[in-house]
Amino acid sequence: MDFTFDTEQHALREAVAGLLQRAYDPEKRRAVTKDDPGFDEKVWSQLAEMGVLGLPFAEEDGGMGAGHAEVALVATEVGRVLAPEPFVEAVVLAGGLVADVGTAEQRAELLGPLSEGSSLLVFAHAEPGNRWTPTATGVTATRSGDGWTLSGVKEPVPSGARADVLVVSAAVDGGTGLFVVRGDAAGLTRDGYRSHDGTRAARVTLDGTPAELLGEDATDRTAAVELALARATVAYAHEAVGAMETALTTTSEYLKTRKQFGVPLSRFQALTFRAADMYVSLELVRSIALWATMVVDAPDSTPEQVLAAADRARLQTSKAGRHIGKEAIQLHGGIGVTAEYSVGHYTSRLTAIDHLLGDGAWAADRLARTVDAHPYVEALPA
Amino acid sequence: MQLHLSPEDQAFRDEMRTFFTTQISQSIRDDVAAHREVTKESYVEAQRILNAAGLAVPHWPAEWGGRDWTPLQRHIWREEMQLAAVPEPLAFNASMIGPVIAAFGNQEQKERFLPATANLDIWWCQGFSEPDAGSDLASLRTAAVRDGEDWVVNGQKTWTTLGQYADWIFCLVRTDPTAEKKQRGISLLVFPMDTPGVTLRPIELLDGGFEVNEVFFEDVRVPAENLIGEENRGWDYAKFLLGNERVGIARVGATKRMIADAKEHAAQISSGGRPLIEDPSMRTRITELENELLALELTALRVVSNSSDGKPNPASSVLKLRGSELQQAATELLVDIAGPLSLASFADDDATDVPEWARSTTPEYLNYRKVSIYGGSNEVQRTIIAGTILGL
Ligand SMILES: Cc1cc2nc3c(=O)[nH]c(=O)nc-3n(C[C@H](O)[C@H](O)[C@H](O)COP(=O)(O)OP(=O)(O)OC[C@H]3O[C@@H](n4cnc5c(N)ncnc54)[C@H](O)[C@@H]3O)c2cc1C
Repeated sequence: MDFTFDTEQHALREAVAGLLQRAYDPEKRRAVTKDDPGFDEKVWSQLAEMGVLGLPFAEEDGGMGAGHAEVALVATEVGRVLAPEPFVEAVVLAGGLVADVGTAEQRAELLGPLSEGSSLLVFAHAEPGNRWTPTATGVTATRSGDGWTLSGVKEPVPSGARADVLVVSAAVDGGTGLFVVRGDAAGLTRDGYRSHDGTRAARVTLDGTPAELLGEDATDRTAAVELALARATVAYAHEAVGAMETALTTTSEYLKTRKQFGVPLSRFQALTFRAADMYVSLELVRSIALWATMVVDAPDSTPEQVLAAADRARLQTSKAGRHIGKEAIQLHGGIGVTAEYSVGHYTSRLTAIDHLLGDGAWAADRLARTVDAHPYVEALPA
Repeated sequence: MQLHLSPEDQAFRDEMRTFFTTQISQSIRDDVAAHREVTKESYVEAQRILNAAGLAVPHWPAEWGGRDWTPLQRHIWREEMQLAAVPEPLAFNASMIGPVIAAFGNQEQKERFLPATANLDIWWCQGFSEPDAGSDLASLRTAAVRDGEDWVVNGQKTWTTLGQYADWIFCLVRTDPTAEKKQRGISLLVFPMDTPGVTLRPIELLDGGFEVNEVFFEDVRVPAENLIGEENRGWDYAKFLLGNERVGIARVGATKRMIADAKEHAAQISSGGRPLIEDPSMRTRITELENELLALELTALRVVSNSSDGKPNPASSVLKLRGSELQQAATELLVDIAGPLSLASFADDDATDVPEWARSTTPEYLNYRKVSIYGGSNEVQRTIIAGTILGL
């Protein structure tokens, strides 16, 4: 086991950090998230130029052939400045599904443009009646001639109104299939709106909408969805770690500069001890996130191991995100709940991440089913 | 010791319940229950109905609209009002400046302000906090200098809740910058918000709402008769006022209502093929919250029955501390029940299939971070408990 990054990975981190930190300070982020699509198209193109949007895809599919360690580095930098670009949503989740399930032709056709920043791909999966399931029931797929049509509602779909192409999960005979829907398809209605964290989501209504099957066969893709969600969860854990780190440094900085009773707040141990506890939470979740990334990247990991690692990362992220998010606001006092100051937006994004793909209690319930299957949890596989 | 409500108190509770659920319009109560923004007009309408029935300021002296109720009856009144989602009488009026004027104002001030304050003919806002004077309120710098028959006020207040609706502000100002102790040189001034030299800047909060403001004073002339009580004794009045503020702040009834809503919603949400309310960990979590809330309510009843001298009990800090934590826990519970639906936060009705309650959960959760900050932060409450009660 080795937690360190190599020189190339460090260089990637520096480059992405440089780009995103130039692009976003709290004020610029507020300005960018005010208007649709809720992120900066220019930054998205710059990330593409850097190769970031194709990181995990094979070179023959138009990607960089990197691993999830690189994805983790990028996600951390995204979280650090709360960059509103849908990196995890488009690249890790939607792109990951196409990479896993798509035919060679589909991979080239969808992942190339995604990597180049010319086509935004998102996964339309959540349904108002479903809660963090890997299956679809509200949208159904029907054969129609050579192709398929989809009907039903997906919501909330991150960046769903802005997306150029959607990967849509839908009920097929025998399970959940995956389909590709173009943004200009007939019978597709998208109602976009703002989420509390400044990003955009949408209701996507499909009404006999023509769709292309993703992959060769109309078989059940639940397992593929589950795996893609797990990888996205691990990437979100890193995004959350980046956000928590900034929330903590912002708070520590504030304790040093804000004066009450004639002294800086950092003179009150009642507060500095709580900052210390935030640090403990941060380092613990960082460790689990890195470990989960190693599990995802290890060639011999089974899907079950990846899913379990993602759930462990999710549980820790949820706990730490709530702890750090709440304390960061509380230790700031009134300024912490304002939209004009940065720290509360970190709490808002952490709350969003917690509820996008499954929260801590949900992960704990899943993990709890396996407590008697092992005497203890093995961190280091042989 | 006696568990049951007496027949009189039982009748009193029924009377309150009937009044609140029949006399205050359903649409206003729906807005409160759904955590929608309550308009100024709705606040005013509700408070005037309450006031006409003698239910707006029961804790005031009888001659100014108070009622000769027992502490238990006051508790029932507040609880029933919160359970019925009635907008409570504006705290700045009913719990803050009203009792201060009643206790420390002169006869002329009482006659001039108290009836209008009870009836919300004057909407008050609280000008205490300043950018550099939050927890350390006594370090406030807004200055009032005597010039003939006027005080001339210069400085800045901040976090002024609903200042945009306010007709008048009650303001702590420094009148004696040379006082040895900084608490000594402070006075309480009241003046209209449209006095020349008063300007307002709204502050946006995390939920996108504008409920607080910065208020700036530039050579604001305030007639000397608008000083409440004695010059340089404003700190005593502020302490009296903040103690009153804390008593109502446990908001047990409001939290009960949120938990009841949460259970209803959890029954409607399907999780893993069954209603979320059937999930054992969800049930455990709700149970723990309910138990904490029961303990808090009982403590509120116990503390209230101990403080019949009208002075706030230092144990009211317990109510503020835990009351705010439980309100926050209830808002967090609602976010978790909404789950992925909580992401549709700012969708318009016609752009979403997500029910309104689920959309409002996270903005509300973020907004409620405030309740452990204002009214004396929870750190300040711990300082009071440690110092005043435990002698540490
Ligand atoms: C939504 C909202 C509405 C408000 N409405 C009003 C209003 O209408 N009128 C009004 O006058 N004010 C209002 N306030 C202001 C409120 O009373 C202050 O925010 C509060 O007093 C805290 O002050 P501060 O924000 O400056 O934080 P600070 O005092 O700077 O405190 C920052 C952090 O340090 C902690 N801290 C400070 N000193 C100590 C210490 N000695 N020991 C341990 N911890 C300490 C605090 O608890 C807090 O966690 C409102 C605030 C909010 C958020």
